[in-house]
Amino acid sequence: MRLEARNVSKRYAREAWLFRQASAAFRTGDTVGLLGPSGCGKSTFCRLLAGYDACDEGEVLLDGATLPTSGYRPVQLIFQHPERAVNPRWKAGAIISEGWRPDEALLDSLEIRREWLKRWPSELSGGELQRLCIARALAPQTRFFIADEMTTMLDAITQARIWRTVLDLAQSRGMGMLVVSHDRHLIDRICTRVIDFRELAYGRHAVEE
Amino acid sequence: MPLLEVKELSVTFTQYDRGLRRKKATAIQDLSLSVERGEIVAVVGASGSGKSLLAHAILGILPRNASVGGQMAFDGQPLTASRIRQLRGKRIAFVPQSVQSLDPLMRVGRQVRQAVRAGDPAEEQRMAFARYGLAPLTERRYPFQLSGGMARRVLVSIATVSGAELIVADEPTPGMDPAVVQETLRAFKTFAENGTAIVFITHDLEAALAIADKVAVFHAGTSLEVARAADFEGAGDRLRHPYSRALWRALPQNGFAVPDLGANEPLSRSAVGCSHARGCALATIECAKTAPKPRELRDGMVRCYHAT
Repeated sequence: MRLEARNVSKRYAREAWLFRQASAAFRTGDTVGLLGPSGCGKSTFCRLLAGYDACDEGEVLLDGATLPTSGYRPVQLIFQHPERAVNPRWKAGAIISEGWRPDEALLDSLEIRREWLKRWPSELSGGELQRLCIARALAPQTRFFIADEMTTMLDAITQARIWRTVLDLAQSRGMGMLVVSHDRHLIDRICTRVIDFRELAYGRHAVEE
Repeated sequence: MPLLEVKELSVTFTQYDRGLRRKKATAIQDLSLSVERGEIVAVVGASGSGKSLLAHAILGILPRNASVGGQMAFDGQPLTASRIRQLRGKRIAFVPQSVQSLDPLMRVGRQVRQAVRAGDPAEEQRMAFARYGLAPLTERRYPFQLSGGMARRVLVSIATVSGAELIVADEPTPGMDPAVVQETLRAFKTFAENGTAIVFITHDLEAALAIADKVAVFHAGTSLEVARAADFEGAGDRLRHPYSRALWRALPQNGFAVPDLGANEPLSRSAVGCSHARGCALATIECAKTAPKPRELRDGMVRCYHAT
């Protein structure tokens, strides 16, 4: 499958354009790293790709068609701050089964303890919440998985463990991955291709066919 | 004599379980740490390992249901609840982890100026903002108008303009641009060179190693090792504790190695045995029965029967 951003632009309210005419294409099976200074629009670009926000110009296409607006979304996005990505009035068990029912094997491989599922988000640490968010996004229908600074606030061991699980799953299912990180070492370790957002946003980055 | 000395600190929470049944949860136990003037001691570990609670215990801002054991001393004198109230914001400054700690109704420039104790407050504030890459206009902003990284730089400004002798910084860098992280770390280093003692709490081992003299590795409510920053090199063979080695080897640039289960267990409520015993390659029956006592080893500290 192919996920494509075609000449997308975004601005917030009447402020200056955050970026214009950004184009890029991603294929399932690839793990692509996205670099760029903070504030350059990487996170917003991810939100457009996942269909979380609408483009002001251009379009996002999945195999040539616009993203579905109902049902389980095939492009899933993981945010840097999991506490802002969950409903504080839902218990963890309800949060992870919103889109699908994660199987025991997945919970085990992400080391999600069953007792967490009875707790409120405020009773879980950032690392614990992030694992719940990842489980929630890994239904079999997920074709593209976008990780926006997914493990930035985690210690090295937890980071390595989570990535090991996600990368194994991505490989076995042939998912496409987009990894946004400030950590060049992490990008170099896990990505098959690296793009710089600043080049992409000014149309200099060739769309790979 | 160390400026800050923490000896056998413990922090226990009393919680209501069901109805009126109470239970105790130990969050920190048998923790010792000392910081000299001009020294940066990094405290690294997973989230939930008790790093922030150590900061809160030093500052005397633990919640009411927490009870504290052990001794703490600042500049040779015991750090009691009343003494810490006098020292806070003057000789001891704090960079809190949460950017929600700023006053939402006050312009951030004024919040920084309030912390200045010597010199012209406005000038000190402007110098601090320039140092951490905050535009002059930022002083007129309210906290809700700042990004997370900017708010954190305001918090760092507040702590550093106070001229404190000890700065306790709890996760000061997340959300900052790598260039700004470098700038902030460099500023900490300069403060230390001028005699300030710094406790730098972080989950980011790389950031810690960039500036720290000593590194205390936290796990399940206590420090398993105190190493020199230089001990983190190569395959980690100079490190004393198996958990420290696992942390070092899990960095993407050092192999991205995932240790077996258990290495990252949150603190156990039943405080028997070594917290790292489950999943440790070196663990023996002894480790599961009794937690090892801290001991000196190669100019550092380790809490492990098998460390050499």
